[in-house]
Amino acid sequence: MSEVLTINRDKYDVAAPDTSVKLPEGLSEDIIRKISKDKNEPAWMLQHRLHCFKLFQKFAMPTWGPDLSKLDLNKITFYAKPDAKPNSRSWDDVPEDIKKTFDRLGIPEAERNSLAGVGAQYESQVVYHKLKKELEDQGVIFLDMDVALHKHPKLVKEHFMKCVPPSLHKFAALHGAVWSGGTFLYIPKGVKVEAPLQAYFRMNAARMGQFEHTLIIVEEGAQVHYLEGCSAPVYEEASLHAGCVEVFVKAGARARYSSVENWSKNTYNLNTKRAIVDENAIMEWVNGNLGSGITMLYPCTVLKGDNSKCENLGIAFANKDQNQDTGMKIYHLGKNTKSTIVSKSISKEGGITSYRGLIKIAPGAKNAKANVQCDALMADNKSQSITLPHMEILEPQSETEHEATVSRIQDDQVYYLMSRGLSKQHATQLIVSGFIEPIVKNLPVEYAVELNRLIEMEMEDTLG
Amino acid sequence: MLNINHLTVSVEGKIIIKDLTLAIPLDKVTTLLGPNGAGKSTLAHAIMGSPTCKIEQGTILLNEEDITHKDTSERARKGLFLSFQYPLEVPGVNLANFLRQAYIATHGKIGIFDFKQLLEEKMKVLGIDASFADRNLNEGFSGGEKKRVELLQLAVLQPKLAILDETDSGLDTDALALSAKGINLLKEQGMGVLLITHYDRMLDQIHPEVVHVLVNGKIVKTGDISLAKDVTQQGFQQLQEV
Repeated sequence: MSEVLTINRDKYDVAAPDTSVKLPEGLSEDIIRKISKDKNEPAWMLQHRLHCFKLFQKFAMPTWGPDLSKLDLNKITFYAKPDAKPNSRSWDDVPEDIKKTFDRLGIPEAERNSLAGVGAQYESQVVYHKLKKELEDQGVIFLDMDVALHKHPKLVKEHFMKCVPPSLHKFAALHGAVWSGGTFLYIPKGVKVEAPLQAYFRMNAARMGQFEHTLIIVEEGAQVHYLEGCSAPVYEEASLHAGCVEVFVKAGARARYSSVENWSKNTYNLNTKRAIVDENAIMEWVNGNLGSGITMLYPCTVLKGDNSKCENLGIAFANKDQNQDTGMKIYHLGKNTKSTIVSKSISKEGGITSYRGLIKIAPGAKNAKANVQCDALMADNKSQSITLPHMEILEPQSETEHEATVSRIQDDQVYYLMSRGLSKQHATQLIVSGFIEPIVKNLPVEYAVELNRLIEMEMEDTLG
Repeated sequence: MLNINHLTVSVEGKIIIKDLTLAIPLDKVTTLLGPNGAGKSTLAHAIMGSPTCKIEQGTILLNEEDITHKDTSERARKGLFLSFQYPLEVPGVNLANFLRQAYIATHGKIGIFDFKQLLEEKMKVLGIDASFADRNLNEGFSGGEKKRVELLQLAVLQPKLAILDETDSGLDTDALALSAKGINLLKEQGMGVLLITHYDRMLDQIHPEVVHVLVNGKIVKTGDISLAKDVTQQGFQQLQEV
């Protein structure tokens, strides 16, 4: 079976010539001051960065999960600015080599496919940003995070790292110290954005970390679906991604955040994502993790308001030398809160997938309901799948269900499909896409197509 | 013609088929009768190239081409089809989409709408509800539904030779009649059938031209429909010693 699913990363792992300006490797107070100065930031942000840096220095490296001992933070470049005008509004303004990179990622197609707005991060600066006129007219703000800091200082200051506090863990603190770029999305009260909003991210310069910050505020009764897709080229040495996503879902609002993260294999993906959900509001997370050598990603939802809900769908794919340590964290604080988690993982060629999740039902969260379903599929007997569910139920009047399945791609299933004329590769691919179908079917069509295409590409070149 | 020459097959180290020689015409209905454990299913899967069946010796030729060591999908593309006794569930894989891909693999390109038409037509003949097209392959199907969907796959893929492994078990009288009707239609269009069973329920509706009796991995008797009647009425015991 093992020869069947082979990842072909060539399509993403091609670095464009490096035209960026970078600060030296490693991190110091001096570098942090330079980042802040270069961005012409208000004093409070510099203070915030320096405070975060102190926290970062205090925290030890986490040792409870995958091995991070090979991650040398002194070899990471913490800030780089590409040779492009920030916030180009039209495709024509984007430099040629950057366009080529985006071409490979299919951004022009995404544009043609009438997505409502495109913000694409190239290294640490957003070079391309577009928002449809009608959204602007409705008061929707969709900006590069650095620009938002200047244009909407009050909104940013009120929310920035209030959902993901820098004290959360070492990499949240690091993020707070060196964050750069990202997306700011504000949906005013009652505004329902029908078409999904999309941004693509890509790291390019070798040994360059990416620390983009995404801040989404969905006001009362508003609605939005935000999509992110990531891909990264090959590096000579370990590269770090420690982004941060904060989502505020106000009363009666609905937010959906979907992302496919496909960083190259020698990347450490240590992202932090968190949402705070007020009464009668709904948060939905859709996460696909296909790349990175080591991923530690546990999107967290705080169901703060009564009757708030969250739905979580996750797919993780671990190939040779990959460790996908993912899961969901849910805090049920309000009454009648409800969470559902569906997590699917695929491992092959010795890859490791772990579901590491937390359900906490706080005292007083009466009638809270949590449902966790984890399914793991292994393509061979060399691969591993681990389920580490953690539950803290402090309210007796609540319900929690957890169900986990682990299965192998069955030889007899492959044989059955082959008996209808499908090649071994095709048969295996069908079984895998069937396995993730419950998640893919919940994605918007163009995104489902992209995810399926990524998985198909990962299975290309298999029967040489 | 499908020629099986001196075939010995083992499963998990145990010899199941012993030096078996058999010719199966591609334009007739052949029946293989035998008691439980005689090796009928093993023979069917050996013909289809199952990885669990190890060919110890002998050859399998399809229209004089040696397919003994060809991979299963290649055998399917050359016109062999096996209706499984226990069809497998493939969760999340849409039946219509899967069948279209199988059709493309065995017959070449077909448009989505042309295929939809073909599928609907075959479903109608077999009395299968149109809603099945949107279901996932055998996922949550009853035993009888699985068997009928095997026949639907057969009708869509139109092979040269259909091997039907206990297709009649699990079907009620009406479903059996519809299935037989479907098989007869395909037979009229020139498809060969190898009907594997240990009952005579289907034989009245699909009239086999040749009947073989398999006991302990060997063909012990060959005849016509009257042999089938004899054997199913009097049991296989009488043939054990032959």
